[in-house]
Amino acid sequence: MNLAFKDIRKNLGRFAMTTIGIGMLLMIVMGMAGIYRGLLEDATFLIHKIGADLWVVQQDTRGPFAELSRVPNSLVYRAQTVPGVASAREFVFHTIQREHRGALLRMSILGLSWPEDKGEWLPFVAGRPLRENHFELIVDKSLGLELGETLRLGKDQYTVVGITAGMVSTGGDGMAFTTLLDSQAIQFDSPAEAIRLERAARDNRGQGSEVFLQQPQLTQQLALPASQLPAIATPSLSAVLVTLKPEADLDHVQSLIESWQDVSVYTTAGQEDLLVQGIVDKARKQLFMFRVLLTIIAAIIMALIIYTLTLDKIYAIALLKLIGAPNRVILGMILQQSLLLGGLGYLVAYTAGTQLFPNFPRRVILTNEDLLQLAIVVFFISVLSSLMGIWKALKVEPNDVLMS
Amino acid sequence: MKITATQRTAPTQPSSSTLAIETRGLRKVYGEGNTEVIAMQDASVSVRQGEVVALLGPSGSGKSTFLTAIGLINPPTSGQIWIGGELVMDGPRAQTDVRSFRRKHIGFVFQKSNLIDFLNARENVQIAMELNGISHRAAGIRAQELLDSLGVGDRANYEVSMLSGGQQQRVAVARALANHPSVLLADEPTAALDSFRGRQVMELFRDVARQHGAGVIVVTHDHRTLDAFDTIYEMEDGIIRVSKQPTNF
Repeated sequence: MNLAFKDIRKNLGRFAMTTIGIGMLLMIVMGMAGIYRGLLEDATFLIHKIGADLWVVQQDTRGPFAELSRVPNSLVYRAQTVPGVASAREFVFHTIQREHRGALLRMSILGLSWPEDKGEWLPFVAGRPLRENHFELIVDKSLGLELGETLRLGKDQYTVVGITAGMVSTGGDGMAFTTLLDSQAIQFDSPAEAIRLERAARDNRGQGSEVFLQQPQLTQQLALPASQLPAIATPSLSAVLVTLKPEADLDHVQSLIESWQDVSVYTTAGQEDLLVQGIVDKARKQLFMFRVLLTIIAAIIMALIIYTLTLDKIYAIALLKLIGAPNRVILGMILQQSLLLGGLGYLVAYTAGTQLFPNFPRRVILTNEDLLQLAIVVFFISVLSSLMGIWKALKVEPNDVLMS
Repeated sequence: MKITATQRTAPTQPSSSTLAIETRGLRKVYGEGNTEVIAMQDASVSVRQGEVVALLGPSGSGKSTFLTAIGLINPPTSGQIWIGGELVMDGPRAQTDVRSFRRKHIGFVFQKSNLIDFLNARENVQIAMELNGISHRAAGIRAQELLDSLGVGDRANYEVSMLSGGQQQRVAVARALANHPSVLLADEPTAALDSFRGRQVMELFRDVARQHGAGVIVVTHDHRTLDAFDTIYEMEDGIIRVSKQPTNF
């Protein structure tokens, strides 16, 4: 006869409510691990998906995902000349926030190297890759846009032609993909008045310059936006992505490009490490501390519940001792209840979590490793939680029944 | 049966191999110094196998102390307890695994029903047998038989809280008899029963004593059933004296 089950049958309502409560707590612990995994996945997903061998970025910066990186357009051509390089392409990445349909829309825009890259590699759930080199947009479904929908970015109107799934930036923002030129146009868009004022200021400075007086044709250049001025234009790429030939030596090519002195070069693994250390690490520590705290709280609550359940049946335990039940029977009953509470709580956590987590605004990824780790933790806190009840049960004497 | 007033300290062999219970110079003292209370002194009792003994006495006379000492629940301060010829308590020191010994050899019925509230009536009887190594199925069958014989078979699946006081007491009696105990200790087992059921329980105790050679000690105030006992003791201020000698032993 299983005494643990018999006792639970008697206190089914309370046990069920406690199990649900513990389950909810464990679900949060589970969710914390899932949020961390989600952060990690989000942070490295794009790097994986892009699949470059080397990332060439502005010197002494940590790449476009960690901080602002600017490299000149000509860097692509320089990179292509390096022995062992199969291809080099521009990479433009920036995050914008606009108002759309009355709500704020935050997205990270990645420029595709048209016409080589039309976004065929993206995980489409609807629509198609880019067909035009202007005014077409592929967006992630997390942005909530629909196929054929148009939105104004800068001075132009863009049409959504494709929907992807799971494409989010390191910050968890949904991604949008357009051609490189369009992404630059969006990035460097300035209000007309600002452009006018800039031109006027430049023209004014030029009037007093000997160079412009001697070469009047240069003044025509002053009419262009700053980003298009060859001599003084702001470098407009975030990075250059290099793909190596199969036989190329990664370290050798990396050291060759690094010797240029104006860039830093990272491998894909290096970029991932930087992101994990720079962006995700603090979040990881924070989430880990919350997990520890919540686990301790769950253990305390479980211990209290088991202790209370034990107190409730202390008379029955004394009776069991009176009729000769060995300690292992009594301890087994308490331990089984504690393990059952933990086990069922875990099941509630998993069931509720898998239903609720997909609705969270950021990705919550439950990995087998984390689930197993939590199961082991739950096992141990279940055992620990039963100790107080077991201690109480061991103390009670059969004589207490008769004296009560 | 014999009563002695001598207190011995060294364990010796029991006086008869047919004794179910023998106590020698049992003494129980609670507290110490100014708060010292002598609950039982020089209690020497012998109960033969098959003998049914009544223990009478006013409240606070030490009956329960005596009963719990024999039941290996409340160790005496001094004195010895022999059960079935085996020295089980020498002073406060147990000479055996008392819990295992209780499980195998002693049945209890107390004034209050003392049932486990999260088990139903049958399970309360069944658990005593299962703890003794009897299979779940066999224990269930015997539990039902015992409950049937005590007139509560139709309440076998009832929660304890749904049974009347008398029904609970009968379930407790069934549990006490479940393992064919060699010693049956009962503290006012008929207090919650009508005279018919009370007599029925006493008859059952007699049957257990006769058929299984068990020694039965019953603390009772119920004078309606005194004729069912072979021997009657009275206890007052912790001292036991015999008031009815056995005739058929």
